[in-house]
Amino acid sequence: MTRLNKSEPVAALSRRGFLVAAGATGVAFSFLTACETETASTAPAYEPTQWFAIDNNGIVTVNIIRAEMGQHVGTALARIVAEELEAPWENVRINHVDSDPKWGLMVTGGSWSVWQTYPLYSQAGAAGRTAMIEAGATALGVDVATCSAANGEVISGGKKISYKDIVRKGGLAKTFAPEDLAKIALKPVAERKLLGKPVTSLDIVAKTTGATVYGIDAKVEGMVYGYPIIPPTRNGGQVNYVMDAPAKEIKGYIQTVVLKDPSNTVPGWAVVLADSWWAAKKAAAAVVLEYQPTPTTNVSEKDIQDHARKLIGNASKGSVLPTGNTDTAAALKKAKSTLEAEYTTATALHFQMEPLNALALQKDGKWEIHTGNQWQSLVLPWLAAALEVPETDVVMKTYALGGGFGRRLNGDYAVGAALAAKAIGKPVKLVMDRESDVKFDSVRSPSVQKLKMGFDKDNNPIAMEQHVACGWPTEVMAPFFMPKGEKDVPFDPFAINGANHWYSVGAHKVRAVSNDLASATFRPGWLRSVGPGFTNWALESFMDEAAHKVKADPVQFRINLLKAEGANAGTAPNSVGGASRQANVVKLAAEKAGWGQTLPEGTGLGLATSFGQERDMPTWTACVARVNVDKATGQVKVEKLTIVTDAGTIVDPDGALSQVQGAALWGLSLCLHEGTEFENGNVKATNLNSYSPLRIADVPELDITFVESSEAPVGLGEPATTVVGPAIGNAIFNACGARLRHIPITAAAVKAAMT
Amino acid sequence: MTSFTLNGKKTEVTADADTPLLWVIRDEAGLTGTKFGCGIGMCGACTVHIGGKAARSCVTPVSAVEGQEITTIEGLDPKGQHPVQKAWQELQVPQCGYCQSGQIMQAAAALKDNANISDADIDAQMSGNLCRCMTYTRIRAAVRQAASAMAANAMKGG
Repeated sequence: MTRLNKSEPVAALSRRGFLVAAGATGVAFSFLTACETETASTAPAYEPTQWFAIDNNGIVTVNIIRAEMGQHVGTALARIVAEELEAPWENVRINHVDSDPKWGLMVTGGSWSVWQTYPLYSQAGAAGRTAMIEAGATALGVDVATCSAANGEVISGGKKISYKDIVRKGGLAKTFAPEDLAKIALKPVAERKLLGKPVTSLDIVAKTTGATVYGIDAKVEGMVYGYPIIPPTRNGGQVNYVMDAPAKEIKGYIQTVVLKDPSNTVPGWAVVLADSWWAAKKAAAAVVLEYQPTPTTNVSEKDIQDHARKLIGNASKGSVLPTGNTDTAAALKKAKSTLEAEYTTATALHFQMEPLNALALQKDGKWEIHTGNQWQSLVLPWLAAALEVPETDVVMKTYALGGGFGRRLNGDYAVGAALAAKAIGKPVKLVMDRESDVKFDSVRSPSVQKLKMGFDKDNNPIAMEQHVACGWPTEVMAPFFMPKGEKDVPFDPFAINGANHWYSVGAHKVRAVSNDLASATFRPGWLRSVGPGFTNWALESFMDEAAHKVKADPVQFRINLLKAEGANAGTAPNSVGGASRQANVVKLAAEKAGWGQTLPEGTGLGLATSFGQERDMPTWTACVARVNVDKATGQVKVEKLTIVTDAGTIVDPDGALSQVQGAALWGLSLCLHEGTEFENGNVKATNLNSYSPLRIADVPELDITFVESSEAPVGLGEPATTVVGPAIGNAIFNACGARLRHIPITAAAVKAAMT
Repeated sequence: MTSFTLNGKKTEVTADADTPLLWVIRDEAGLTGTKFGCGIGMCGACTVHIGGKAARSCVTPVSAVEGQEITTIEGLDPKGQHPVQKAWQELQVPQCGYCQSGQIMQAAAALKDNANISDADIDAQMSGNLCRCMTYTRIRAAVRQAASAMAANAMKGG
């Protein structure tokens, strides 16, 4: 394992190494681009803001508060600082920090990282450049107005001085408060040297040599291993009886602890402790536990979905989003014709590759939680409540994540480790096996959606409704994050976003309904692409149905409705151009995919579009799927996905491409390969023998392009996920006339819908 | 007590005979590049070479490798520059990276046995390795690139 102190050479494997900037327990992890051994100066590093420092070797270390889970986020964010700082890229390091109140909200999700960090890090980098120029001018004895900065040097005519030498001279004290940063002017787009240019992400090499340290790799002296026994239902678990006599025969078994959890995060958990993980797992199989039945012991997927339908039918339930004119009832009265349809999605699992785990210990009166996590600010209060200590006594130690996809936004697993460590008075490394991980997953709730559109005599839409019922993750875990709809009724944006689209359809009612049976049965999760992952399935399938109803071309039908008028005109800085940019990607994707061409029998193209994750941060996306349907069996083969994305400024082009590739294939996987169901209060599928995400042999050709743009950079981790499912559904319809209204789509469902 | 060769080093471990090789490698030998994913041999994250063949270490009891030669990702190349690793780096295959040790070990074994690997062979050989980040497009390209590099090396080497 490559665990190295800063003083040790790190070039053992290559020029790039992996560094744990750490004491014995492994603290923040950092990726280095080069080995630095020169340490002649003792001048302190200069830290113009808390976001980065320049040391006396000219090395710029950028602090990253976002989780690294495959998006190469540190590279993208450090590029933003380096661009404005005029730092040479080979001198830039990234440092994934541990939790600390000084960082503010620590969350990695929503495809927000680049979008949220870009203004701040641009300004921080520019502040550093300003400070370097001022200090450099003094050092060179020239007027500051004659100086500029480039490549880590301050230059004035024929004279120059490096950042390294400026720092070595010492005396740098200028710091910048947030209000100072906001005033700093950024470089003109034309002078950018790093943003939008190819780069090798700093985390890549370690991920090809086994050197990257994930949460599951954390270790400390004296730790014991914990294997959790997950109760039959997520909520309300209570152990009535425990008998561990047979477990005592297992070599290495220590004891079984039934957790007492004042935070009620892990009700009904028992943790089996042993001196190896395998012994703990074996012993767990020998422990006999009996539970109190809970109100959700017998709940099935059908129960949850039937309940959703009942809730949608009750007009007093839910929250109507403020979409302008929401009086669809009046508009529908005037309609000459209407279209209605119901869409559903099945329960979906995160199935991140690294099973949930955490290492917890108490040291010098403070609790350390070593784990990969996406929302430290959310779980810290839970940990404090569980351990009955002040939040300031708990720190989250940062590790790489073997997949996040939203599962690690909910840090509930860390609470189990902490309570086990508290119970036994020793460091506990808790690792779930896959079955436990799945049984304890915060699944994507199944959903029921009802859509309705009214048309005037010329077949123009004059009213539209979308009612969405599912379990609300944010209501359960972060209610303070919920905005309010009409009549001040709160709603979970991550359970409805996407339905509040940019089409001009007249009166528009978007209603979000919390399915309380869902959230009683399980802890609803945020899963990659959250709300739009299912709302856009319904919306874009329905838009296609609407186009076919009025005998319009589905591409032209959409373009006609993406008028960029009124609320859909867009606002600076994030949605400049509004719906016209969505119309543009629709047009480009259709052209690239050869929309309108004659295709072989059983083959069809289907289009779907999206504005990504939320109206405040639109990532304009369109996808054309080309599918072939075997009419005898209903088997669907996706041959090609053509995707066009307008995400504004692209910071890291290859990183952006990899995010869209992965997101698109997630969309395909959720549409055709995944899905499970609740049975007796928990999910039916618990491992790969019953849950089958996309494998390499089913990967279609991908044609992905980005619209060139200098607009504000927005998110890329999820938007492509939202378009692929409905594009496939629409392509199936065009291939064989089968309209699918449920995902996952099965061959049997296609066959049934053909007849 | 089980004895085997791990990345060229004679190794003796005291783990119970039924302990999966994976946990011996990770927790006794301290080599954590080999990953735990599903525990039933269906995700491939735990892939190592046993006697030069790709094998799922999560379902291989340690007793079954008595006297065998085992290679993990840490031992594939002393500098981390096996042609498969180089291709993975050049094409920036990894996202979260968790499955990639297994992907690389699977690909390296496949190319050792079949230097003229076809696209259909790649799909067949790599289908047992799940990548949840869905880096499959790049995995395909990287296996092809590594195959070309290995063929070129073989030509040079005569």
